[in-house]
Amino acid sequence: MRITCPHCGARDVQEFTYLGDANPQRPEGMATTEAAMHDYVYQRDNPAGRHRELWYHGAGCHAWLVVTRDTRTHAIEAVDTANAIAKGDAA
Amino acid sequence: MRYSIFSLAAQTLKGHRGWTPAWRDAAPKAEYDVLVIGGGGHGLATAYYLASQHGITNVAVIEKGYIGSGNVGRNTTIIRSNYLLPGNTPFYEWSLKLWEGLEQDINYNAMVSQRGVLNLYHSDPQRDAYARRGNAMRLAGVDAELLDREQVRAMVPFLNYRDGRFPIQGGLLQRRGGSVRHDAVAWGYARAADQRGVDIVQNCEVTGLTIEGGRITGVETTRGAIKARKVALAVAGNSSRLAGMAGMRLPIESHVLQAFVSEGVKPLIDNVVTYGAGHFYISQSDKGGLVFGGDIDGYNSYAQRGNLPVIEDVMESAMALWPGLGRIRMLRHWGGVMDMSMDGSPIIDHTPVQGLYLNAGWCYGGFKATPASGWCFAHLIARDEPHEVATAYRLDRFATGRLIDEKGAGAQPNLH
Repeated sequence: MRITCPHCGARDVQEFTYLGDANPQRPEGMATTEAAMHDYVYQRDNPAGRHRELWYHGAGCHAWLVVTRDTRTHAIEAVDTANAIAKGDAA
Repeated sequence: MRYSIFSLAAQTLKGHRGWTPAWRDAAPKAEYDVLVIGGGGHGLATAYYLASQHGITNVAVIEKGYIGSGNVGRNTTIIRSNYLLPGNTPFYEWSLKLWEGLEQDINYNAMVSQRGVLNLYHSDPQRDAYARRGNAMRLAGVDAELLDREQVRAMVPFLNYRDGRFPIQGGLLQRRGGSVRHDAVAWGYARAADQRGVDIVQNCEVTGLTIEGGRITGVETTRGAIKARKVALAVAGNSSRLAGMAGMRLPIESHVLQAFVSEGVKPLIDNVVTYGAGHFYISQSDKGGLVFGGDIDGYNSYAQRGNLPVIEDVMESAMALWPGLGRIRMLRHWGGVMDMSMDGSPIIDHTPVQGLYLNAGWCYGGFKATPASGWCFAHLIARDEPHEVATAYRLDRFATGRLIDEKGAGAQPNLH
C-alpha cells in the first residue's frame, strides 16, 4: 500500500503512522455530556467501504493527512492534509 | 455415527466407503427459538452448548459462506490462559478446561495438544512483569512457571542466545497451553450440534434484522426471511456491520491480522514460543509446517489480506529470535479480519434490542476462547443472565469505566 502525500508524493505505507477514523469531532470538554464524550472516545462507524482516516507522515513531512480509503480493497481515493481540511480549502 | 477405534476399524474393512457426512447441510426453516448468526467457532460452539447444556435444540446457525471460512480457520491455533486481569483470568481458564475435555465431549479429534506455551523475557523489568503475571495466574488457580535462561535453553536450545540487544533471560511457561487443529474445532462443534438437532445453514447471508417495538423478531437473509425469538450475533470481523443493521454503533474497529506457515519440515520445535522483544509467536503443526504470526497491520480493513511491511516485520522478528529459520522457505500466508475492541477485551452481552445478543470484540485472541465463548454465550441466551466467568464482558463497560485493558494501550484498537 502506498499513500500519495500532498507534499512528498507517493510513499510506502511504512513511512506513515495510523491513528484512525477522521470523522469523530472532540466535543468541548466542559460543555458536553458524559454520553457524548463516550461516543467520541469509544464508538466507531467502522464501515466496510469508504473510510476517512488520519495518517501521520512521520518519516516524511510530519503532516497529518486525511486519507479516504476503501477498507474492502485498500484502494485510496483521496489524500488531503488535515490542515487544508480544517481551513476548508481541501482539493 | 459415533467415531471410535471400532468405527475406524469397521470402515477400514469396508474400504472407507461407508462414511457419512459429518453434518447435514440444512435448508432454513421458517422459524427458530434461537438463531445464531455466524458459522465460525464461536457460533457453532454456542449452538452446541445451547443444545447440550440448556436443552434448546430448535436452533439454527446461519453462515454467509461455508462454516469455518472466517477466523476459526485463519489463526495460529494457540490455546492458553495466561491472562493478568481479574475479568479475564477465570474466563480463559474455563476455556482451557473446556479444551481439555473437548474431544471426549464432542466425540471429535480436534488434536488438542498441551505442548506448553513459553513467553520469553529479555530484560529485568520484563522478568518482573512476567513474574507478576505468573503470580496472578497461580493465585487464580492457573498453572505458571517462571524459567531462567538455562531452563529455557534446555527446552529450546536452537534460539539465539547471543543477541546482545535483546538477550533471552528466561520465560514464563504455561505447560497446559498448546495448540489445537483449528478447522477440526469448527467441524467437531458443527457435527456435535447437528446431532442434537441444530440446523447448520450455509451460504445464507443476513441482509437485515427485523425489529418490532424494540424487540427482534427475525432476520432477512439471501435465502428468505427467518423468524426467531432470539438472535445471537457471533460474527467477529463483521460485528459493526451486523450491529449497524440494528442501528447500533460498537466500540470496535475491524483490522486485518496476517499469519504464516512454512514448508513442512521434520519436528523442530516442541512448544509454542513467543518472542518478548517483538510481537512474534511460533509453533509447529502436526503436518510439519512452522506456523507463526505477529502484529496486526494496524489500519481498518475488511480485506482478509494484508500488506508487505508486516510480513517484513514478522520475518525480522523470526530471524532475531531463531536465525536458523532463514534456511526454511515460507509456504503461504493469509489474513483474517479481527474485531479490535477499544480495550482489547471481548463483549458477551445483551444489546439494547430485546432478544438480540452480542458476542464480539475478540481482537486477535478469539481462537483460544472458542469453547468458553460458546459456553458463556449459550448461558446468556438461555437464561438471560451472564455466566459467572463472563460478567466483566459487558457492552456498557466503556461508558461506566470498567475497562479490561490487559495491555494498557487505551482506546486505540491498533495498539492492543
